[in-house]
Amino acid sequence: MTAGDQPVLRIRDLSVRYGEVLALDGVDLDLSAGTLGALLGVNGSGKSTLFNAVMGLVRPQQGEVRVLDGPSDRARRAGRIAYMPQVSAVDWTFPVLVRDVVTMGRYGRMGFRRRASRADRAAVDEALERVDLADLADRQIGALSGGQRQRVFLARALAQQASLLLLDEPFAGVDARSQATISSLLRELRTEGATLLVATHDLAGVGRLCDRAVLLQQRVLAAGPPEEVLTPEVLSRVFGFVTDETRSA
Amino acid sequence: MSAVVDWIVAPLQFEFMVRALLAAVVAGLVGAVLSCWLTLIGWSLLGDAVSHAVLPGVVLSYIVGIPFGVGAFVFGAGAVGAIGVVRRTSRVKEDAAIGVVFTGLFALGIVLVSRTPSDTDLFHILFGNLLGVSTADLVQIGALGAVVLLVVGLKHRDLTLFAFDRVHSHAVGISPRRTEVLLLGLLALSVVTALQAVGVVLVVAMLIIPGATAYLLTDRMERMLLYASGTSVLTSVLGTYLSFHVDLATGGTIVVCQALAFVAVYLLAPRHGLLGRRLTRRRARQAA
Repeated sequence: MTAGDQPVLRIRDLSVRYGEVLALDGVDLDLSAGTLGALLGVNGSGKSTLFNAVMGLVRPQQGEVRVLDGPSDRARRAGRIAYMPQVSAVDWTFPVLVRDVVTMGRYGRMGFRRRASRADRAAVDEALERVDLADLADRQIGALSGGQRQRVFLARALAQQASLLLLDEPFAGVDARSQATISSLLRELRTEGATLLVATHDLAGVGRLCDRAVLLQQRVLAAGPPEEVLTPEVLSRVFGFVTDETRSA
Repeated sequence: MSAVVDWIVAPLQFEFMVRALLAAVVAGLVGAVLSCWLTLIGWSLLGDAVSHAVLPGVVLSYIVGIPFGVGAFVFGAGAVGAIGVVRRTSRVKEDAAIGVVFTGLFALGIVLVSRTPSDTDLFHILFGNLLGVSTADLVQIGALGAVVLLVVGLKHRDLTLFAFDRVHSHAVGISPRRTEVLLLGLLALSVVTALQAVGVVLVVAMLIIPGATAYLLTDRMERMLLYASGTSVLTSVLGTYLSFHVDLATGGTIVVCQALAFVAVYLLAPRHGLLGRRLTRRRARQAA
């Protein structure tokens, strides 16, 4: 590995514990620039915890997270990490317009009063165009369909112009058209050099989309090119294991 | 017509009424602005707690002879801190922590009042004394109100970001913790500002009702702030006039006016009101 090949995201031996529960157990993960990674696992497998650890929202019991060859906190404060929340985590009745939310992607770059400069407004307009929401910019966010809702927060991440994008279930509750828009945008971003990590429990379609797949169940069960990870043997091992768990519960 | 003009103008010949109306406008405005974020975040109970917890601060200020706002702010901020400490360092949940701290401090205030020589003031402290606002009080209310409105004018986007999405605020390097402390400070200052108008017990109404009313009227933050301020200032002025003409308790009248405005909006608001939602549903059914 040469110096220029330093991974954008580098996780080493990461363990996170919530009280008695070990949410992550010695996780290692590397993503280099221009990679689209899929973080696969069932609900409760630690995907959200891993995101929270990268964002500095939970304190790891051990291990470290490095982003852009520095502590993840430094990259975060510089606005280099964008996070797209699950739609279920958003208050859709909040009195904000689509454009307001996308503009929040620029707040880290703005001054004391967070007043948008011409460059900020241009970045917001461009992000809205790219997710195909320019027509709906002045709608309140609750007045959108499931796919449009996902695209608002994707546009916010775009406007932030981050190096590392963490996306939590971006395909949940979207129609075919939005799914296509989001997928092709993620591929474009990768081509432009961004590093993306998509958390999902939906295996269908992810194989075609990503360059790297990581199967998570507190520990990393498998990681590598999707054609090696998403084999029937590995999947049946993971999901067989899960089914046994569910049965015994 | 002249009767209406007279109803409005005649009381203005009394200086105490002019002072009362000015104080009502400032208190109404400051309370309304804060109420928008408090209701969106879900901090109404916290507002209630802070307003009750300032009582011992007010009483001690009277005893020591310093502006009541100083003691009130110290105890308001102290209550917020104490609630946070109890919640973080014990297994007690937040609502219980709030309940313990504010009732404890409120009770301490009542005990202090009972040991104070001029205990006639208790009624004024609890329920406000708008018609008795002195020029010194008015200066204090005006200065505090100006500080709150200035800070809000500068940092309102951070407050809205905090209310809407703390994780994103954290992600772009704007510390949600810092915004939270700022908002709690503004809350304590607003309580102190509105205290003189409606008293300890009813202050929380000024910090919730205007925001709740405006939330039913619009889907835009700027308009919500505008509508909350408008209804709050109007009802505060109307309540003050009514209490003068009909001889009613001023603070109570103001809050009743605000509550009536809320009920009217709750029933009649075009989109989020009860009637509006019925009409929308009926139209949708007819179209189908």
